[in-house]
Amino acid sequence: MKQNKKHTAKPIEAIVHGVFLVAGLITVGCVLLITVYLIISGLPAIKEIGLIPFLFGKVWASTAKTTEPSFGILPFILTSVYGTCGAIVLGVPVGFMASVYIAKLAPKKLKAVMQSAVSLLAGIPSVVYGLVGMLVLVPGIRKLFNVPDGASLLAAIVVLAIMILPSIIKVSVTALEAVPKEYEDASLALGATEVETHFKVSVPAARSGIAAAVVLGVGRAIGEAMAVMMVSGNAANMPGLFESVRFLTTAVASEMSYSGGLQRQALFSIALVLFVFIMLINAALNFFLKRDKEA
Amino acid sequence: MEANEKSILSVKELCLWYGNHQALKNINIDIPKNSITALIGPSGCGKSTFLKTLDRMNDLIPDVKITGSVEYKGEDIFAPGVDVSELRRQIGMVFQKPNPFPMSIYDNIAYGPRTHGIRNRAKLDDIVEKSLRGAAIWDEVKDRLRKNALGLSGGQQQRLCIARALAVEPDVLLMDEPTSALDPISTSKIEELAMQLKEQYTIVIVTHNMQQAVRISDNTAFFLLGELVEYGKTEEMFSQPTDKRTEDYITGRFG
Amino acid sequence: MNKKLSPGRRAYTAGMKALMYASTAAIGALVLLLIGYVLYRGIPNITWKFLTMAPSILNDTIGIWPDILNSIYVVIATIIIVLPLGVCAAVYLSEYASNKRLVSIIEYAAETLSGIPSIIYGLVGMLFFCEFLKMQTTLMAGALTLVIMNLPTVMRTTQESLKTVPQSYREGAFGLGAGKWRVIRTVVLPGCVDGVITGCILSVGRILGESAALLFTAGIAHVVNGFFMGLKSSGATLTVALYIYAKERGEFGVAFAIAAILMLLTLIINLSAEAVARSFKNKRRI
Repeated sequence: MKQNKKHTAKPIEAIVHGVFLVAGLITVGCVLLITVYLIISGLPAIKEIGLIPFLFGKVWASTAKTTEPSFGILPFILTSVYGTCGAIVLGVPVGFMASVYIAKLAPKKLKAVMQSAVSLLAGIPSVVYGLVGMLVLVPGIRKLFNVPDGASLLAAIVVLAIMILPSIIKVSVTALEAVPKEYEDASLALGATEVETHFKVSVPAARSGIAAAVVLGVGRAIGEAMAVMMVSGNAANMPGLFESVRFLTTAVASEMSYSGGLQRQALFSIALVLFVFIMLINAALNFFLKRDKEA
Repeated sequence: MEANEKSILSVKELCLWYGNHQALKNINIDIPKNSITALIGPSGCGKSTFLKTLDRMNDLIPDVKITGSVEYKGEDIFAPGVDVSELRRQIGMVFQKPNPFPMSIYDNIAYGPRTHGIRNRAKLDDIVEKSLRGAAIWDEVKDRLRKNALGLSGGQQQRLCIARALAVEPDVLLMDEPTSALDPISTSKIEELAMQLKEQYTIVIVTHNMQQAVRISDNTAFFLLGELVEYGKTEEMFSQPTDKRTEDYITGRFG
Repeated sequence: MNKKLSPGRRAYTAGMKALMYASTAAIGALVLLLIGYVLYRGIPNITWKFLTMAPSILNDTIGIWPDILNSIYVVIATIIIVLPLGVCAAVYLSEYASNKRLVSIIEYAAETLSGIPSIIYGLVGMLFFCEFLKMQTTLMAGALTLVIMNLPTVMRTTQESLKTVPQSYREGAFGLGAGKWRVIRTVVLPGCVDGVITGCILSVGRILGESAALLFTAGIAHVVNGFFMGLKSSGATLTVALYIYAKERGEFGVAFAIAAILMLLTLIINLSAEAVARSFKNKRRI
């Protein structure tokens, strides 16, 4: 009652409350906006092409003139999945080992330096990765493996592996640092060495956080567009390590500027598929973070 | 007390510095085998530091300097050839706050033996049962060995930690205020357990609780400001302390 | 006791250590090489003319002055909008919201936003701002898209520093009979300055580095404009310009010069974010 009285007495309080509430709700509005727009603009093409031929069609020929254009995005889906898996396989072990070192063993100064280096890696714009990849990695792969063009899935995997390192390391280090010192003391007192203690007690204790770090890396890898576009060759082939390939993200980006009609709508449908992937990854991330908090 | 064959730990002229602060000053003490030695004294007097020195748990703290010697079964534990891992296997430690690993009860106990290379399943099962029985907690947990250890009560967790320490077959058990975080019933269970364990093990226990020292220990050492003020048979020390400071402390004039 | 660690355990310890050293060293080397290479290829191409001229097809020269301006405009426009929104949302969450469900919905929304890839922002920004709101491909449409992208960042850093404002301050102010808004204005907001500044710095970094979300919303023109005229017209930021010069025109010298500039900016932004965090930490301790 008193509260209400105050509100009527001071309309400014009510107004201010309202302003803050609206600001808080804007995030929710944005998520709804994005979801609704992607669904509305993504569904028509799927309806016209058919869900199965769209998702599992192996041929993407959106601008075919002589024959009927074909809109199968299986090559993009598989490329995104393979590319992400490849980046995880390359990036996670390196990131994980470095995280344990940075969180547990590194001397104070080295730790600070490595953490700055990792932040820097996170801050470098993706086009810069793409540029260096284009001019160093792509020719390097061409020479090393003796293939006609180095712009390939492999080049994209290497670039993505580097780009997901900061997410993996930052989140893992935080999780490892949160492991109570008591666990480590107990292990040392039983005669385990420091290294044994970190890998057999600290890492299992931080496993939810480390899993979250990997999932976050998956999200970053599957969502990256520009760097991948610059090194992957960008042809709608089924994925192969040395093939020129197109990811879900780059499929959207590469044709958007000159597309129209059903082709344009199909691009929105690709974005919708990508969005579904991201939402699944977010759900997994939340699952791990929540479990981490409970533990 | 003169050093004799029965002493398992023999400390001579032990000094310890954290940076510029001297935390232990010329400690000389012989700890007899198969007995309980209580370390008492006000907070910050160095008794926990002393306890940690006995299994070299202070090694990891930067800026620690140690002089003097600690002989375990006649060998200096700070000698260059000593394997810290093996030393800590033989001298186990139980901490103030129960600290089971966030794993199953079984894995907690098996952690030590596995670390020291025992992989045989049947052998591990054996060790787990023996250790849990040794810590008088077998009957309470035998049906839930695969459950997470963090689901146990505080007192059970502490006995689990004792079982975990026993699993690597130590000779000495160092206990750093093992009952300070527990309720009276759990405390008396741990005290009972300690008195049983001294048949097989040598126990050094830090305690804030003087009644506890009287109840369970054979010998008591009184620490004050990093010095060992008095050391002797528990009954004698509590009935006729030789040092004025000891008398003041045990009669509750400070602390 | 003098028994050494068993060979198996020694090998395990040494092997794990070697892997940890190798991984850490590889990352350190990677960062150094990346910076070194980009600066080495880029800095020789940076001249006064290059920085201060617009590109001219007639003279066949390339200058990045318009791109620099566009970057600055987008940063300013985005920050001006996102800061108040993010800060107010954070204040609402930690000071006003009493409905737990609403809080968790808002927080979940913020988390979702921070996980959405920028290409999707670009697409939705194009559909919503450029087409639905008829803003055309303009810097303003790009800036609004980036506002949505950076909202979670500002919210999170502000919220985190609001948590460190002691509850007793609020109670003290309420005890003196101050109204809620007055308490927030005089006690709560001054306490979260560090979070706001950190969020601001991080956002500037993200805006400068963003390309996919801007390509279809802000466009690729290289024309020198004033601030308000600029916001109403299409324009490439430095990052977008880098992409265009490298991918579409094969002007690698220009691309590396821009990359070197971006690298230096990233370095400055990271260092200042660390400095801010450190100085406020010290202040808190006293």
